[in-house]
Amino acid sequence: MASNDSIGKTLQVAVALCIICALVVSGAAVSLKSKQVENQILDRKTNILAAAGLLQDGVSVEEQFKAVEARVINLSTGEYSSDVNVDSYDQIKSAKDPQLSRKLSADEDSAKLIRLEQYATVYLVKNEQGLDKVILPIRGYGLWGTLYGFIALENDASTVAGIGFYEHGETPGLGGEVDNPNWKALWPGKQVYQDGNVNIALIKGNVDPSSADAAYQVDGLSGATLTSRGVTNLVQFWMGELGYKPFLNKLRNGEV
Amino acid sequence: MAKLKEQLMGPVVDNNPIALQILGICSALAVTSSLKVALVMSLSVTVVTAFSNLLISMIRSQIPSSIRIIVQMVIIASLVIVVDQFLKAYAFEISKQLSVFVGLIITNCIVMGRAEAFAMKNPPLPSFIDGIANGLGYSFVLMTIGFVRELFGSGKLFGIEVLSLVQDGGWYVPNGMLLLPPSAFFLIGFFIWALRAYKPKQVEESEFKIAPNTRAVKEA
Repeated sequence: MASNDSIGKTLQVAVALCIICALVVSGAAVSLKSKQVENQILDRKTNILAAAGLLQDGVSVEEQFKAVEARVINLSTGEYSSDVNVDSYDQIKSAKDPQLSRKLSADEDSAKLIRLEQYATVYLVKNEQGLDKVILPIRGYGLWGTLYGFIALENDASTVAGIGFYEHGETPGLGGEVDNPNWKALWPGKQVYQDGNVNIALIKGNVDPSSADAAYQVDGLSGATLTSRGVTNLVQFWMGELGYKPFLNKLRNGEV
Repeated sequence: MAKLKEQLMGPVVDNNPIALQILGICSALAVTSSLKVALVMSLSVTVVTAFSNLLISMIRSQIPSSIRIIVQMVIIASLVIVVDQFLKAYAFEISKQLSVFVGLIITNCIVMGRAEAFAMKNPPLPSFIDGIANGLGYSFVLMTIGFVRELFGSGKLFGIEVLSLVQDGGWYVPNGMLLLPPSAFFLIGFFIWALRAYKPKQVEESEFKIAPNTRAVKEA
């Protein structure tokens, strides 16, 4: 046993073990990589379709996604851009890249994003008549962390067609109810813009259907004031001037 | 045969890693809010414990004692990464829910504890069985807690609705606290209590005796 504790033997065992373990780990990572990337892309496509309420059971996601066209837009001009490759562009990653994003000032940053990217990927759903829906990635701070999701608008670029968050860390049963299908079902049909201004918001309690603002209001999540406020802020931010408003205006007027 | 059964079942009831040794509590709190996730976590821990025991036992006579803990950690960490990669490739949905907890199997005291306490001193086959047995003991607790939490927290078992919820027009008001990590603490407490009531041998001896309150007696 004593020979095991010599310096030579110790180094020998350490080096051999490192090499073997490194081979095993990298072998597993490389051989499973393609399958994992496939899963991630599929997951993203599923989230996009689910947010727009287009996801059907029994039909493959790939098949359904054929109706969706991804385009990159320049957020500040609201026009399609070919500066970045649509297939490889990662919006969330580029928000951290100083070349592709800028720091938001405290007044601008209502959704607590800290940095805003220059380009965004939008998803256009077409049917025979032309544009049917437009699906936009959104994100913003809730209570515990950033919520990531998509909002889908009808072809008038103001009526909500659906909303969904695919990643968040809100409290289960309270803020986590952003995943509740019954709550998400309140969104379709709501109006984002009133006379060109963003007016959509979550309110405390239930929306009074007779109120003049009912079309712009969504029930807040009970017991989750801060998550509700966060969702209001992030939807208003992304629908506003710094977000997709320039693009949506052009889309509505047929300029893009 | 009897010995094998004893070796397999021992860690499930008599020497449960969670209930008796109080190891691996953290992941038991985090991943038991649904049965499906708890099951995948149980399988992952069982696989890692079994194979790390097997591999460490195979090279136990070669390991210099000065770096034995690091050697164990490297083997365990490699196995955990492989398991994590497999989950990401073949069970993507569940691996998303397990998130960091698969990686944290590395720090699960059960794995390291069995490697150090058993695999370093025993031949490969018994070590492998010991790993499986301890994984089963862990799984047993996880599945029990997961059963209670999912059934009463969201009215479902394996994602299939059992109790119809008030939100969907049913009668059952779900207990939201059961979906939060602290509830697992209470449940594990009750579990240990029940187990020790059934097997009083597991009750630890008191470390000190509470003396009668002499002052109150004097004043009375």
